Amino acid sequence: MGKSEKKKKNSNGLSFVKAFIKGDIFTKLSAPIFGLGCFVRGQIARGVMLLGFEALFIWYMINYGIYWVSMLPSLGLEGPAKEYDSFYDQYVTVYHDNSFKILLYGVLTLFLILAVVYTLMTSVKMSYTAEMKKKNGQKVDKFKDDLKSLVDEKFYKTLLSLPCLGIFLFSFLPIVFMILVAFTNYDGAHDGYITGLFHWVGFDNFKTLFSSNGGTGSYFKIFMSILGWTIVWAILATFTNYILGILVAMMINKKGIRFKKLWRTILVMTIAIPQFISLMYVSKMFDKTGLINGFLLNAGWINAPIDFWGTPLYARILVVVINIWIGIPYMMLIATGILMNIPADLYESARIDGANPFQQFRYITMPYMLFVTAPYLLTSFTGNMNNFGVIYFLTGGGPGNSKATAVGGGVGHTDLLITWLFKLTQGTEASYYMASVIGIVIFVIVSTITLIVYNGLGSNKNEGDFA
Amino acid sequence: MMKEEKHGLGMSAKRTISNTIIYIILIIMSIIWLAPFFCIVFQSFRTESTWQVGYVIPQKWGLDNYKALLDSSFVDWYKNTFIIALVVCVLQTIIVLCMSYTLSRFRFKMRNFLMRFMLVLGLFPGILGIIILYRVLADMGLTKSNAVFGLILVYCAASGMGYYISKGFFDTIPMSLDEAARIDGATRLQVFIQMILPLAKPIVIYTILTAFLGPWGDYVFAKFVAFNEPSGMNTAVGLFTWLAPDAIGRKYTMFCAGGVVVAIPVTILFLFLQKYYVEGVTGGAVKG
Repeated sequence: MGKSEKKKKNSNGLSFVKAFIKGDIFTKLSAPIFGLGCFVRGQIARGVMLLGFEALFIWYMINYGIYWVSMLPSLGLEGPAKEYDSFYDQYVTVYHDNSFKILLYGVLTLFLILAVVYTLMTSVKMSYTAEMKKKNGQKVDKFKDDLKSLVDEKFYKTLLSLPCLGIFLFSFLPIVFMILVAFTNYDGAHDGYITGLFHWVGFDNFKTLFSSNGGTGSYFKIFMSILGWTIVWAILATFTNYILGILVAMMINKKGIRFKKLWRTILVMTIAIPQFISLMYVSKMFDKTGLINGFLLNAGWINAPIDFWGTPLYARILVVVINIWIGIPYMMLIATGILMNIPADLYESARIDGANPFQQFRYITMPYMLFVTAPYLLTSFTGNMNNFGVIYFLTGGGPGNSKATAVGGGVGHTDLLITWLFKLTQGTEASYYMASVIGIVIFVIVSTITLIVYNGLGSNKNEGDFA
Repeated sequence: MMKEEKHGLGMSAKRTISNTIIYIILIIMSIIWLAPFFCIVFQSFRTESTWQVGYVIPQKWGLDNYKALLDSSFVDWYKNTFIIALVVCVLQTIIVLCMSYTLSRFRFKMRNFLMRFMLVLGLFPGILGIIILYRVLADMGLTKSNAVFGLILVYCAASGMGYYISKGFFDTIPMSLDEAARIDGATRLQVFIQMILPLAKPIVIYTILTAFLGPWGDYVFAKFVAFNEPSGMNTAVGLFTWLAPDAIGRKYTMFCAGGVVVAIPVTILFLFLQKYYVEGVTGGAVKG
């Protein structure tokens, strides 16, 4: 903590409070009138930009901002209503407030206010810096210098501004919005404008999810069963791919095996083909009328087609097996690179000590791989928890769970939390608030696992390198 | 060696046996891994029926399915996907490289905060944000038949978060190179474009490749933004509609043909750039 604070002070160089207290009258007035100090010290371009920003902000607040922010607590007062239209002599639906826009622009305006506060501090600090430079007889930075520094010392600002703006608008803001949605009743019947306003409901949605009222059909029971399968799936999917991928890499790498490149290329080619095609196609192969059943029937091994996707146990086993088919090439690639880095003398001395291949794998290969790929293992575990594609394209979450039909979206036996979330956002009965609640739950689970593992790794790394 | 001789088997004999077993496993694996792709190609040439059948080799061969593709919405989908993938590929590569170069080379006040911020942001399921993005895009008129623009915006906007692998690569290029060039009077911009980028060629190609493959195979975002409007779909969303219970009987073999057409360009691209892909993937996994 202390270290980072010190660093901050060094790079910052100047605090707002100090600049405000020690600065002259123009510096102090730079707080209410942005850029005043810059004008006084001849930095016209900077001053114009600062003042222009302030003017724009005030104009925006008066015309729009104040409305959006003031509506935030209620999320709209007047919903759509049937009103009598004397011109057409009939009742028409008239739309008033829009909860969705109020929430969106309200939040955006709050962030804008934060930005203005930051600019205010910058205005004062800039003025103070220029004041000090004048006092010491130094040259004050001109606009040209500012521009020049943007491709040199301050080049990072140029490079980062656009990507960061994108992340803010298209990643951060939507997530903030959706977190807030979890505390409202935003759904298909309350879309905020056409079908009705939505409003704040506090922690009600979380209570619904975590209360077991309603017996086996309750949200909580279904949530727990999906969560259970999600975790089982993530563990199976991650470790089967991991171990089998390493084994395949070892087989291809083994001394004396020829056509190494051919084997690798065959596997890598399957990575190239877009997953949705292979998954959709393989899913259909296991249909009742698909190739696999056709083959088994023709061979006379079965008398009636097997309903792979209609039987919960088969469906669950199949998604894991097909996921192995999808995942092994990828893991094989990663393992190949790392296996080549394992010092050969480790194996040499193990062999002299009489270790058999299995022992070599158990005591040399696996610990080394685990050590080097621990972060990868973590991301692939959390990635599998959220593995939308494999489940959605193979089973669509099915076979349906008859007990769970009362709960939005029709939940199935292979549904993961993420596919459930997706289902909750589809159709006219969409329940966006529940999707948000589940999104938050997924975040909490994933970040907890990440934190625990990272802390574990941290202590590992301090012990020094392996071997 | 002594030990093995005791078992009455020479070292080389034993190795031959174990290698033979490995060859058998590898051949079986190759068959399993490639079989679905051969099946899809065979079925795309089947003309005697359009629905799913229990055999692979067509009774009547023909190009009917490919011809039918040309008269269907598939042309739109393919065009959409191609435009999106190309534009996103260019923009996303620029954004990712800027981001990763900056985070690798510059030390500034917000750097650690920014990296941690993006890490936490990345832990949220991405699907969550699309609910609101969809409505905002709809307000701007960038959905349904204009989905291409909306999707380009969505894919590019937050792509800075995928900086991790290329940053890892930039980190391996010694800083002293930058400093030497700076002493010679080069600006940071010149250092980046004239020196670092050529050195980072493998990772630049990897970034381009993944930036192309991402939108080429994306389903979730495209589904939201197209919103059941056929002219706004990409190939993934469109082809999936052909597998719906009410369509599969008429469209199954066309789906196979479509799948082949979608897979061919990326497979060729991939085979050529395989080396760079492997480098990026392994580098990313090890640095984690």
